[in-house]
Amino acid sequence: MTAATPSRTPTAATGPGALKAVPVRHYGQWVAGAVCVALLALLVRAVATNETIQWDVIGSRIFFDAILDGLVTTIWLTVASMVLGVVGGVVVAVMRLSDNLLLRSISGAFVWLFRGTPVLVQILIWFNLALFFPQLGFGSLSVSTNDLITPFTAALLALALNEAAYMSEIVRGGILAVDSGQREAAEALGMTGGLVLRRIVLPQAMKVIIPPTGNELVTLLKTTSLVAVIGAGDLLTQAQAVGATDFTRLEMLIVASIWYLVLTTIASAGQALLERRFLRGSAHAKGRSSVLRRIATDLRPGRNHDAGAIAAPVPPSEERGAR
Amino acid sequence: MTTGLTAEAATGSGDERLMVEALGIHKSYGSLEVLKGVDLRVRPGEVTCLLGPSGSGKSTLLRCLNHLERVDAGTVRIDGDLVGYRVKGEKVYELPKHEVAHQRRGVGMVFQRFNLFPHMTVLQNVIEAPTRVLRQPKAEARERARELLAQVGLADKASAYPLQLSGGQQQRVAIARALAMQPKLMLFDEPTSALDPELVGEVLDVMRRLAAGGMTMVVVTHEIGFAREVGDTVVFMDGGVVVEEGTPADVLGRPQHERTRSFLSKVL
Repeated sequence: MTAATPSRTPTAATGPGALKAVPVRHYGQWVAGAVCVALLALLVRAVATNETIQWDVIGSRIFFDAILDGLVTTIWLTVASMVLGVVGGVVVAVMRLSDNLLLRSISGAFVWLFRGTPVLVQILIWFNLALFFPQLGFGSLSVSTNDLITPFTAALLALALNEAAYMSEIVRGGILAVDSGQREAAEALGMTGGLVLRRIVLPQAMKVIIPPTGNELVTLLKTTSLVAVIGAGDLLTQAQAVGATDFTRLEMLIVASIWYLVLTTIASAGQALLERRFLRGSAHAKGRSSVLRRIATDLRPGRNHDAGAIAAPVPPSEERGAR
Repeated sequence: MTTGLTAEAATGSGDERLMVEALGIHKSYGSLEVLKGVDLRVRPGEVTCLLGPSGSGKSTLLRCLNHLERVDAGTVRIDGDLVGYRVKGEKVYELPKHEVAHQRRGVGMVFQRFNLFPHMTVLQNVIEAPTRVLRQPKAEARERARELLAQVGLADKASAYPLQLSGGQQQRVAIARALAMQPKLMLFDEPTSALDPELVGEVLDVMRRLAAGGMTMVVVTHEIGFAREVGDTVVFMDGGVVVEEGTPADVLGRPQHERTRSFLSKVL
């Protein structure tokens, strides 16, 4: 730093662009960063040079037929459970918000049961259903439980029902987030309950429902690995099966992890895309809380925030009364 | 809570044809009694303005007229039909929801906060109920909607979304939306209270023209000027009862009750 030269004018010091400030130095950040990089390098070296991990095995088995079979099963299980979960979730949510005590109780019990027990336990129970009920159906129309409940159907049942319970809470939250004036306006126009729900409430609830549903999908994708306990043929089942045959357990788990990462990355990217689509044109389109804050005022993309924002109710005041 | 509704009371009076006949309306929210036995009669083609301080029960009374609020006691008749109930023999039966919805077709309502459907364009807002509820063909409903939008001065906003409009424009769309059902009665719940002062006029203008066209209207408002100019009857409510009612000249010009006088002195 040198002393100011005599020629310096006040405008040079304060005018825009004239000021050359030295930014605050974040030395701590640099030090911490260096430490992290060093630690990471050590970790990578430890893994990479570990002679018991056969890297060539991982590379060659990533596209193994058995692994790809498992991958397809995992995707199929995820998509099917999610679709059933969303449909079931909407039904359960609507039941929970119904005026009908019976529907409310049934749906409440459903959520309580399927959300309140671990999904792993639910998978095992469905898989072992034949122990309680060897036959399913009525009279002559019954089938052997073991024919009906394959590992895959057991897995699908458990995951879909569990997902429906969680989704119902998300959907319920979305429905409750829609301004009650919307329902009243629709009812005042003579619309019946079903129409109000389908045409007015659910479309507006979607904004609140979609972001957490994306999270649910990513979570469900990983949760499907639990069905390996009943050998449902998913990615983890297959990876473990292959690994068990020739002592490449860890390698195959890494193979499975790579695929899970690929799938969740794709799902996350899809979610981000979907959110951006639904929140397009908004100033703060990031983060869940801002989504919730904004639903009331900005339900369509590309619109001016302030123009239509509902003005705070103006109390009857003297000057307005004179009109 | 009992509906103090007897079959005898529910069969109605009948000598003069009334568009609205509400008798002995009681409504409570928990222990708070909002309406303490209110009567309201509106003849066809008349404009009735409900005035009163906040919490006087005027909005609740309005909402009872189309069964958005269930009355605890009393009867509401719209054009002779008992709202929300049916009398059969000696008994009064509550109507199932879809029949209440059917009754509401004939009664338009405009809300303080507009309550337009934000996910639909202006035109979609207006044709939604005619096409879904009355099952009008879309082309016909659209044509009629454009006429209505022209009437409220918004012909050029048909494809805009509600949040792209000003409050006054939104409220005019809301009026067009209600009119699209061809109601015989229009209810207005403080239609200008959420508007910026300079936007109040355009909405009152539309309402004034509607009244001039012979529409039967019940208007909860704080616009004393509107009530004086357009109202056939002014009803002043306070504390869940009707304090005073009559022509605007009487109620606003020569109020008989101290409560009416003190209210008017504050708002005028």
